Amino acid sequence: MTAFSAAHPEAGGIVSFVGKVRPDDEVEALELKHYAPLTLKGMDELADAVLARWPLDGVLLHHRTGTMKPGDPIVLVAAAARHRRDAFEAADFAMDHLKSDAWFWKREKRADGWHWIEPRSQDHADLARWSE
Amino acid sequence: MPVKLVFLGKLADLAGVPEQDVPGPLDWSGLLAALPGPLGAAVRGDKVRLAVNGTLLADKAALAAHDGDEIALLPPVSGG
Repeated sequence: MTAFSAAHPEAGGIVSFVGKVRPDDEVEALELKHYAPLTLKGMDELADAVLARWPLDGVLLHHRTGTMKPGDPIVLVAAAARHRRDAFEAADFAMDHLKSDAWFWKREKRADGWHWIEPRSQDHADLARWSE
Repeated sequence: MPVKLVFLGKLADLAGVPEQDVPGPLDWSGLLAALPGPLGAAVRGDKVRLAVNGTLLADKAALAAHDGDEIALLPPVSGG
């Protein structure tokens, strides 16, 4: 975040969001897989869409893959803008899209083994907010 | 160089391996023939998409892969 801030000295503010593995008594670990040719291209396109929609100085999307424990950070989104409203909305938009239509597959480890996570309807509802 | 299949998400569990090589050229019926049992049934389902060399196919049945191509088999994403 220090480097991102230094890269955008004209910004009036930066909004950042860190998503973490939500602590849950039943979940021992979370594993995220990606497919680089689609996942990275999709994240580049998402960043371009964010920059086209709001007047930003810059946007940062960073996503981890691999095995993580409850409480570990998974994702970092940041937006730098002249005015705070643009930065808040851009970060919110980026997170909704990463959560619902980015190319990631997740499974969680519980006492009885690994379980793949199916898409959540709430994620799609979050996404629909932006097309109204 | 054969065609490389890359299994994502739960398809990798059904395949038992993350990747598999098959001889090219490979079309949709050839792909299904190479994927027996529950794996083939899952790939046939509407929710599984295919990408060839990083480009999504609009129509799986139009698959036309050649030696050296990489086919990704993509179940629905669970999001980040």
